[in-house]
Amino acid sequence: MTTFIALLHRDLRVVRRELPSFLLRVVLNPLLFTFIFGFVMPRMGIIKQGYTDMLLPGILGLSMTLSSMQAVSLPLVIDFGWSKEIEDRLLAPISIAGVGLGKIIVGVIQAIIAGLVVLPLAWLLMRVQLNLTTTDVIHFVLVALLSSWLFAAFGMVIGTIVPPQQISLIFTALLSPMIFFGCAYYPWATLYVIPWFKYAVLVNPLVYANEGFRMALTPHMPHMPMVLVYGALIGFSLFFTWIGLRKFEARALD
Amino acid sequence: METVITVRELKKTFKPKSRKGVEVKALDGISFEVPRGEFFGLLGPNGAGKTTTIGILTTRVLPTGGVAQIEGIDVAHDPVSVKRRIGVVPQVNNLDRSLTAREILLFHAAYFGVPKQEREQRAEQLLARFELTERADEKVNGFSGGMAQRLKIGRALMHDPAILFLDEPTTGLDPQSRRAMWELLTELNQKGLTILLTTHYMEEADQLCSRTAIVDHGRVLALDSPAQLKRSVPGGYLVELQVRNSGADGVFTDALRSLPGVVEIKAENDRVRVYADRVEGLLASAMRLAGEQHVTVTDAHVSEPSLENLFLHLTGRSLRP
Repeated sequence: MTTFIALLHRDLRVVRRELPSFLLRVVLNPLLFTFIFGFVMPRMGIIKQGYTDMLLPGILGLSMTLSSMQAVSLPLVIDFGWSKEIEDRLLAPISIAGVGLGKIIVGVIQAIIAGLVVLPLAWLLMRVQLNLTTTDVIHFVLVALLSSWLFAAFGMVIGTIVPPQQISLIFTALLSPMIFFGCAYYPWATLYVIPWFKYAVLVNPLVYANEGFRMALTPHMPHMPMVLVYGALIGFSLFFTWIGLRKFEARALD
Repeated sequence: METVITVRELKKTFKPKSRKGVEVKALDGISFEVPRGEFFGLLGPNGAGKTTTIGILTTRVLPTGGVAQIEGIDVAHDPVSVKRRIGVVPQVNNLDRSLTAREILLFHAAYFGVPKQEREQRAEQLLARFELTERADEKVNGFSGGMAQRLKIGRALMHDPAILFLDEPTTGLDPQSRRAMWELLTELNQKGLTILLTTHYMEEADQLCSRTAIVDHGRVLALDSPAQLKRSVPGGYLVELQVRNSGADGVFTDALRSLPGVVEIKAENDRVRVYADRVEGLLASAMRLAGEQHVTVTDAHVSEPSLENLFLHLTGRSLRP
């Protein structure tokens, strides 16, 4: 346990040191998006006022999931690809899976930092009415933790199977469809207008994160049933954690 | 003396990374034992299996067969206990570039549960001993090869390991840094630390190691103290001749064999190696014989007993790339 905490401590020291660039990476994009779609366009009348209610949970979901995924995958690609810096930690007296779990937890922590910065800023810009009950807050915390964990584990899968030369390609080829088909900018329930699309997007784990935030933050808006949200978030988390740790061990040992 | 490293019939075959790749047999049944306090060397050319051996002993590579034990603990079965007992200085610079030199030492000790006060004290001492105090609070990007190497050794010592593994610690260092490194390693060994080092420098094994295993193609070819190993080269002295028109009938080599002091002749293409127990007049006699047989000698070289000669004798190849 001492070893595990020391490993987390090391990663958090590095996060703290790189906080300005981390925040820029995590916060800039969602804030610009919020500004145009949640502030400028509603005032022009191009977008209906109520749209911001749909947008807020999606923006938050995107920021948190993408930051935890990047926080885990990018360092791993670099470490295993050429710098080999992680070797020092692999020689720490802890199992390889323990080192991997530490990476996932640090990803979750970074996602929480991102969420804590983006949520108030986006809320201020869009002035969404949030009347949260205690149950909503519990849902919010659970969804936030589960989504961050899911995407940190997903980041570990990406970081351990993608060779460094292809990482930018994978990010473009994988992330763009995930984001656009991820129900961030529209609620899943409204997709009944295109039934095949409504069911096709269910393979995308981002859908459940965004719908989960919708369920917690704007429960009066249409959202996915709770059972489906939690079932998928937990199922995907377990699946990616299992695959990610196995691949991590395979990469760490020759 | 208590044995702290046991390697028995160790085998490792690397599976091909891609479908087109080929299997690589890195270790083909390597065996040796190291008692506590010894300075042990693995000497061999690149690709001999030295790094793979260290990789297995330090839990980073899984063996395909055989036994590897550290203080009686099987490396493959209980890697975490093994990691507590060893310090590792890898060949590549894997220093944590996000941290300063001091942080690298402190975090490493923290991973091993060294109490805060103790690790700060030890970091201070090691930084001073390794002449890194001035740059201690800088990140390591700008460190020279020698500094990075010293810091890697410092890091490996932070948790006070029983055995130190070093993979080619002086490759790429200038002669002055290499000397300093040798002194440092000798000092550590004299304080009782067991050291296993790999090298492809003969003089390094000669200078540092109490015993050396000569490895090639994943096997141990010879194992003894450097002095004994050198003595085991037939005759000890080596005269190497580069010849032309020596003919295929072996008349020239037969004639060489009859020269006084000659112990063994090895002929290969246009190269003839004459092992002899004394060297006075040998070269002149060889040249005279060559003249008689109408063999042109284009180059000749006489060398003293050395590990280099032993390697050449054992494998027919030079150690130097």
